Amino acid sequence: MNIIVCIKQVPDTNEVKIDKKTGTLIREGVPSIINPDDRNALEEALRLKDKYEDTKVTVLTMGPPQAKVALNEAFAMGADEAILLSDRAFAGADTWATSTTLAGAIKKMGDFDIIFCGRQAIDGDTAQVGPQIGEHLDLPQITYVEDLKLDGDNVVAHRAIEDGHYVIKSEMPVLLTAIGELNEPRYPSIKGIYEAFGEKEIKVWSLDDIIVDTNQIGLKGSPTQVKKSFTPATRSAGEILEGNNSDKVRNLIVRLKERQII
Amino acid sequence: MNFSLTKEQEMIRKVINDFAENEVKPIAAEIDETERFPKETVEKMVKADMMGIPFPKEYGGAGGDDLAYVIAVEELSKKCATTGVILSAHTSLGTWPIYKYGTEEQKQKYLRPLAEGKHLGAFGLTEPNAGTDASGQQTTAVLEGDHYILNGSKVFITNGGQADIYIVMAMTDKTKGTRGISAFIVEAGYEGFKIGKKEDKLGIRASATTELIFENVKVPKENLLAAEGKGFKVAMSTLDGGRIGIAAQALGIAQGAMDETVKYVKEREQFGRPIAKFQGLQWMLADMETKINAARHLVYNAAYRKSQGLSYGKEAAMAKLYASETAMEVTTKAVQLHGGYGYTKDYPVERMMRDAKITEIYEGTSEVQKMVIAGNVLA
Repeated sequence: MNIIVCIKQVPDTNEVKIDKKTGTLIREGVPSIINPDDRNALEEALRLKDKYEDTKVTVLTMGPPQAKVALNEAFAMGADEAILLSDRAFAGADTWATSTTLAGAIKKMGDFDIIFCGRQAIDGDTAQVGPQIGEHLDLPQITYVEDLKLDGDNVVAHRAIEDGHYVIKSEMPVLLTAIGELNEPRYPSIKGIYEAFGEKEIKVWSLDDIIVDTNQIGLKGSPTQVKKSFTPATRSAGEILEGNNSDKVRNLIVRLKERQII
Repeated sequence: MNFSLTKEQEMIRKVINDFAENEVKPIAAEIDETERFPKETVEKMVKADMMGIPFPKEYGGAGGDDLAYVIAVEELSKKCATTGVILSAHTSLGTWPIYKYGTEEQKQKYLRPLAEGKHLGAFGLTEPNAGTDASGQQTTAVLEGDHYILNGSKVFITNGGQADIYIVMAMTDKTKGTRGISAFIVEAGYEGFKIGKKEDKLGIRASATTELIFENVKVPKENLLAAEGKGFKVAMSTLDGGRIGIAAQALGIAQGAMDETVKYVKEREQFGRPIAKFQGLQWMLADMETKINAARHLVYNAAYRKSQGLSYGKEAAMAKLYASETAMEVTTKAVQLHGGYGYTKDYPVERMMRDAKITEIYEGTSEVQKMVIAGNVLA
C-alpha cells in the first residue's frame, strides 16, 4: 500500500508574536513545527504501516528549503520517503495554487492508495488544500476523519460532525483529512533521528519535476489576493449577570435601559 | 574547535524537551510525593528509543553517541531528576559494562534487550561496609561446577527491584584485595536473589533505591563479565562513564531550577515592580547562569571525549564535581529567589533542591572526584 501524507511547516503559534505596527507575524526566532493536524495524518499513516506489511509512507510538502526540518522530523517518526517541492515559481501561492502544485507532484509520483492531509493549518485555517487536491485528482474524499479502519480495498472512516459522526466507506484510492481526535502522534524516535540525517534522503523537486499548468501556480496562479492584514480591536470581556432567572432578566433590562438600547 | 551540536543532537534535544514537558513534568511532583516509580514513563521512553542511545544498532541501540545520551539525561532532569537517573543508571551502569566487556554471546543475550529497552538495567557495587572504599567487598562468588554461588548484599542500588538485569560485583578471591573482585551479570529472576529494604530518601524519591540480597544465588559461569579478578576495573571504568550521566543529571536539575526562577522573578512583584528589576537579584541570576554554562561545557566535553575514544576519567570527575556543586548552589539560590513560596511544594524548586543533593554523593562523592582529579594531575 502506498500512502502519501501532505504536511505543512508552520510557525508554532504558542510562541508567535504580532508586530503591532504592521499587523503581521514576527517570524524571526519563532520555532517551526509540523502543522498539528498534519502530524495526526502522518501518525495514522504510520500506524497503517505498522499494521500492514509492504506499506510505504511518503511525505510531501511545498515550501522553502527550511521546510526540510519538518521532513526530517517526519523521517524520524518513521516515514519512508520525503519530497520537498521548492521552486521560486511556487512562491506566493494561495490554497488553489498550492493544491494545484501538490496535485501536480502526486500525478508524477504515480500509484497511491491513500492521500492523507491534516484538516487545516494553524497559520491559515482554511481547510481547503486537502479537499482541493482531491478534486484536482478526481478522488473520493472523507474529511474530518476521527477514526479509520481498512476493509479490503476500502477505508471505513468516522467523519466528525458537531454532535456525532458519520461512518463512511469509500474505495481506495481516497483522500482523507485528519483531525486531532484521530490519534496521539508518536515522538520521533532516537533511532529515527539518526536515520533521518543518515541513510534517508529528502528529494527536492522543482517545477520541472511535476505535471502542472504553470498558469495555475504561484502568486500569478492564485485567485486570492490579500488586501490587508490587521489585528482586530480587542473587546472587553463583558459582564456575566448572576442570580436566579428573574433577577437576571431584571438586571438585563436595567442594563439595556441604561445604555438606551430599549 | 567547534562548540556546535550536530543536527542529530539538536533534534534529540528538541524531541526530549517536548517529551519531558508533556510526559515527565506533569507527574514529577506526584511521583516525588508518593515515591512511585514511573513505569509508564519508562515504557514511553522505550517507544522513543531512549534506552540505548549510545550503543550501536547491531546490538539494539539507537546508534548515537555519548553527547546525545547526555543531552537526553539533561533534558529529562530539567523536569524530573528521578526520570533522569533512571535513564542514567540503566544506560551507564546497567548496560555499558556489557557493551564494553561482554562476550558476543553476552551481548546478544543481555545487551540487545537492554539497549532496546525490553529490559531495565542496574549496577551493584556499594555494600554497607564498602562505599567510597569499594575494595572492602564482602559479597562472595564461589565457583561450583558450571555456576558461581553468590552470597552477600548490596545497598543503595538505583533501579533496584525494577531492573531485570544487574551487574554485580563479588569477591572471587579474598586474598587478592581489589584484584579478587569479579563482575557478574545477574538476572532478576534467579533463585535466592531478593530485593531488600527500599530507602526513604530526601530527593529523587520516585527512583527505586533498594538493597539487593544474595542467598546462594546460582549464576551460570558464562555470566562472568570480563575475567575473574577484573571486577574492580569493570566497576571503576563503569563509574568513570556513569559520572558523566550524573553530571548531566545535575546540569539538568540546575537548568530546570534556573528556568523556573527566571519565569518567577519576572512575574513576582514587590515594591511596585517585578523583583527581576532589582540589581541584587540580577547578580545572583548572573552567577547562576554563568556556573550552569561552565558546567555544561565540562559535561559535554567529557561526553565528547568518551565518544572520540579519548581518555575521560579526569574530565568526567571534573564535570561531575562541578555540575553537582552547581546544581546544589543554583537550586538553593532558586529557592531563595522564590522566597517563602520556594519553600513550599506549590513550586518545583523545593523538589529540585532536594534532588540536587544526591548528585554530590552518588557515583562517587565530591571528595572522591577530587581524589580522581588530583590523582590524574599528579600522575
